[in-house]
Formats: sequence, C-alpha cells, structure tokens
Amino acid sequence: MSPKTLYDKIWDAHVAHEAEDGTSLLYIDRHLVHEVTSAQAFEGLRMTGRKVHAPDKTIAVPDHNVPTTLDRADPATMTEESRIQVEALDTNAKEFGVHYYPVSDVRQGIVHIVGPEQGWTLPGMTVVCGDSHTATHGAFGALAHGIGTSEVEHVLATQTLIQKKSLNMKVEITGKLNPGVTAKDITLAVIGETGTGGGTGYVIEYTGEAIRSLSMEGRMTVCNMAIEGGARAGLIAPDETTYAYVNGRPHAPKGAQWEAALNWWKTLFTDEGAHFDKVVTLRGEDIQPVVTWGTSPEDVLPITATVPHPEDFTGGKVEAARRSIEYMGLTPGQKLTDIEIDTVFIGSCTNGRIEDLRAVADVVKGKKIKDGMRAMIVPGSGLVRAQAEEEGLAEIFQDAGFEWRMAGCSMCLAMNPDQLSEGERCAATSNRNFEGRQGYKGRTHLVSPAMAAAAALTGKLTDIRELV
Amino acid sequence: MEKYTKLTGIAAPMPLVNIDTDMIIPKVFLKSIKRTGFGANLFDEMRFNRDGTEIEDFVLNKPQYRKAEILIAGDNFGCGSSREHAPWAIADFGIKCVVSTSFADIFFNNCFKNGILPIVLPQEQVDLLMSDAEKGENARMTVDLEAQEITTSDGEVISFNVDAFKKQCLLEGLDDIGLTMAKADAIKAFEDKAAQARPWV
Repeated sequence: MSPKTLYDKIWDAHVAHEAEDGTSLLYIDRHLVHEVTSAQAFEGLRMTGRKVHAPDKTIAVPDHNVPTTLDRADPATMTEESRIQVEALDTNAKEFGVHYYPVSDVRQGIVHIVGPEQGWTLPGMTVVCGDSHTATHGAFGALAHGIGTSEVEHVLATQTLIQKKSLNMKVEITGKLNPGVTAKDITLAVIGETGTGGGTGYVIEYTGEAIRSLSMEGRMTVCNMAIEGGARAGLIAPDETTYAYVNGRPHAPKGAQWEAALNWWKTLFTDEGAHFDKVVTLRGEDIQPVVTWGTSPEDVLPITATVPHPEDFTGGKVEAARRSIEYMGLTPGQKLTDIEIDTVFIGSCTNGRIEDLRAVADVVKGKKIKDGMRAMIVPGSGLVRAQAEEEGLAEIFQDAGFEWRMAGCSMCLAMNPDQLSEGERCAATSNRNFEGRQGYKGRTHLVSPAMAAAAALTGKLTDIRELV
Repeated sequence: MEKYTKLTGIAAPMPLVNIDTDMIIPKVFLKSIKRTGFGANLFDEMRFNRDGTEIEDFVLNKPQYRKAEILIAGDNFGCGSSREHAPWAIADFGIKCVVSTSFADIFFNNCFKNGILPIVLPQEQVDLLMSDAEKGENARMTVDLEAQEITTSDGEVISFNVDAFKKQCLLEGLDDIGLTMAKADAIKAFEDKAAQARPWV
C-alpha cells in the first residue's frame, strides 16, 4: 500500500460513495450548528418535509449574537433581530431534537470551544459547521471545515457532504519557540509567509517540534487560522497530549470503547514517504512576536518592524496595501510600537481558552491598564469562565481594570453589542482584521493574548519581551 | 434552483485583491433568517455612506455598471467567513458570474448552490477581461457555461474549466440534497460499517 498522509487516512475512512470523477459523499461524524448560518437550513428542511438524518451527531449552541454582559438573561439586552435569530435556533434545536446548549446553560459558549470541551470532537472524525473557524477542531487530528448554509441543510438532511478531495500541504515548524512567542505568533507568521490565498485548494498538516510542543489549546489556535491562510482545513496528528485532553470529557468514549478508539487513533499519522503537494517550513527560532498592520491577516510583521510602504509590494497588493494603510490611519515608516491603542479585546475561538487567559493574567497581575483604556475579556465558554474564576484569574483581571464578561463570540465579529466605534483602534486576540470586522470603520491589530495584555497596560502595541 | 442559461451582460471591474466576505456583506446584515433581500446591502460599506447616500466612485454606483451581471475581480475573492449571505447578496443584486484568478474555497462552493458561476482564469486573461469591463456598459460579455467559453465585447473567446458535476447541477438547476438522498443505500451501508469499525463515534 502506498504511504498516506493523515488527511488521506481520515478522508478514506469517511467516503460513503465515490463517483468516477472523484466527486464523493463524505460522511460527517459531527455537525456543529450556531444561530447565524442555520435558520435558513432548518427552514429548508421544513419546506421539503425532510428530517435531520442524525440528530445525535448534531450539536447546537448560540454564540455569535449573544450579549456578554452579566444581565444577558434579560431579552432586552438583545436587538430584536438578534433575539429572533437566537429564538429560531432554540425552536429548531427542540423541534428537530438535536443536542443543545442554550444561553442559560453554563456549558454555552463559542461553538468551537464547546465542541472540544464536551468531548464531541475526537481524533479521526469529520467535523463541519456553518462557520469558517471550524478549522479549529483540526487540532485533534479531525478533518474539520466550514460550510455554507446550503451545505448545512445538506448535512442535516443526509449527514454527508458532496466533496472533492483537496491537495496535501505540509507546514513544518522546526525547533523551539523563543520566550514571548506563542501559538498565535506561529499561525500568523505562517499566513504572513504563505498569504491568505496560499492554502487555497489544500488541507494543511502542521508538523514539527514546535507544533508537537504545543498544548491542545495552542494547537487549536494554530488550526483555527488555517482558514485565514485559505486552506480547507488544518490538521495536527493526535498524540499523548491529545489523548490526555480528550480522556474523561463528557462525550469521549469510556472503558473498552476508549481502548478501541485509542488503538485506531494511534494509526492516525502521516506515513513515512507520503506525498505532499506543497511544503512550507519555518524555523521556530526565527518566529518573533508578531502583529498585523493592515486589513488582511497576511499583513503580518514582527512587533519590532515599521509600517510598510505600498511600493514594497507587487501586483494587486500595492493598491490593497495603500487602501489598508489609509483605512488603518497609519503612516508608512512608523514604528509599530508607536501605534496607540484605545481598546483591547481578549477572547474568540482563536484565543478564548483557559491557557490564553492564564497568559493574560501572567502579564497583568498586580498592574493596572492604562487610564481610559477599554479592555474586555470574554471567555470562550461558561466553563472557561468558571475555571478562570476558580483559579483566581478573574480577580486579577478585574483588579487590573478589565471588564470580565460572559461567553460568546463578542467583538471578534461584533454581531452582538460589543463593537468598535468609528476610528477606534483595537489590539485583538481574534482572527480577522478585515475592514469593519469589529465595527464600522473600526481598526483591528491581531496579536497574541500576552501582547494584547501588554497593550492594555501601556496603551500602545508593545513587544511582550520588554515587559517580562 | 433555476437553470443556468447563457448569459450576456455588463461586466463590472473590481481589481482589488482579497475582497472578503465582510466587505461583500457586513455582519450587521446577517441577522435575517431568510435567504432573500441581501442585494440592497451588497458591498454595503464600500457602496454607501453612513447616512445611506451612495459613494459615487464605487463601481456598482456608476451609471454604466448599475445593472452589472458579471464581476471581474482581484485575486482571492470571497475570502473569510463561510456566510452564504455573501453569494445570496451577489445573486440578489443580479450578478450571476464572478471571474477571478482565485476564490476562497467555501465561497466558491457556496456560489454554485445559488446560481452563480465562479470562474478561475490565469492572470493574463483576467487582466484582459478587466480591461474589457472597464469600457463600461457598451462592453457586454457573454458567458456560455455549456460551451465553457467567455466572449469579450471584441469577440475574443476565452475557455474556462469547471467541475463536471457542478456544471451539470447549474445547467439543470438540480437540488443536490435530492440527488444525495437518492444514494440513501450507500449512506446506510457506510453507517453500518462505521458503527462496527468506530462504535464510539
């Protein structure tokens, strides 16, 4: 048998039907659902008299619209449109009998944090969701990707997806990371290297010592942004770190089933000599704490750099860079560490897990955020929030001057009331710095949790290595 | 879905690279639970001022492009979110074909589900179509999916590739859920086999 990549193995294990031209029906093990991209799909089922094929494999949680203030049980905290969308999910989840974590449930949170936390996401699975950051679950060695609403309806009705196989791409991060460099810096540095279209048509497998050394939280951060590099999915082969994270979670297998699962999971790695269509290698030692300066996640530079000139680029990127610099209100040649920040957002499916909050607490413990700074910490789930409170992190945050919020997507995409105003500039631990992403004419600099914490203290984009 | 027919129409040039789904339809418009009505807010922040007045120099606000049915776009069009509201807005506006050097994966798939043909061409050919589109409303292009050809206003013919299954679905307006449900036996057989091999799933 010819050697296979991890992607080849998971793909092969899930093809329910293959046509001569390679068009395949890929069986879906877990379908995650949130309120923004599912209402039309459930409505489609209703109109055609179709049922949810596998309600037991379907997990719904509202996250995009939900307010993150403590008074959010009061429906008046939501706009009418948001309330209608959340209520539609509520109705659909109950009517079609899928697993559901309502806003009132302590386990509610961002769908990509809830899935792994509850043990729904397991190695070797296929996982989809009407959300591009489904890539997150690839950290478990699960083939996970975003789909559109028509495909959500297709999966609800058939538990399969019509797919053609992608190409294999390897991103290897060799060696060790320097102090102050995190999983977020790795994933941004890779996108800086490959561009936002560099992964188009591929499934990425992240390998190398620096990846292996990451916790599950860090691996989720890396895979989360595979989509920002254009890839269909990102994968990391499961290992002892993965098994230790999964073991004992509510929906993880137990007893003899656990042993059987483990036996299969241990076969989930890329065989020696397997073919990759594209390979990118970065040295872990070369990666520095990074920040984005523009309005595309590929606009990445080390924090020690200066704002580029549009003429530094070629082709269509010259005009795009000129537009970005103008939108961001920056001057070419300006030092990145001279950029003043008025808002800090810590949270999202990229960096809203307990390890991220610990990293923030390490930086801000016993200190105060800059006067006038609006700084918000939004845990990725109710359970992350509870754990942070138990560990005393919440107290550290509040003493430092941060707002300590309830779980949700929040200011990552600003569909709830957490938004930037026109011209506000934010250091954010989220995943997209697109124009208007965090609010109309708002300006976003993507950074790691530690760098966001540092910016909250100093009021400027700050090299974390100078603070610790 | 309606059958996709041969299209002759005005093409609008949008050479900017990395046009993302937040630009195509900002999230404030994602709160509808319907599939229709998004065209009014297509490219909202590029097209309108905050007070709702039009931004004159945005391409689709120019008199010659207001009825564009084809978009010639910069590289990596549709990157970002999985929101199908993006193709819903494009289709609702009346655009039925987008040409670029590359598209983001999810957006690309979403187009086919909504009667929009995304066409990938090499840079030179996109440049040629961009120049043609810049001529304005008298420069009508023809997109023939059946023949897999674009004809410029000057009569130049450019061939394009399209996945055979996706082409068939567009041309015949097929409901792919119905097609898959016809393979229920294969799905059931897979489920039985998987329940043996991976009972913990």
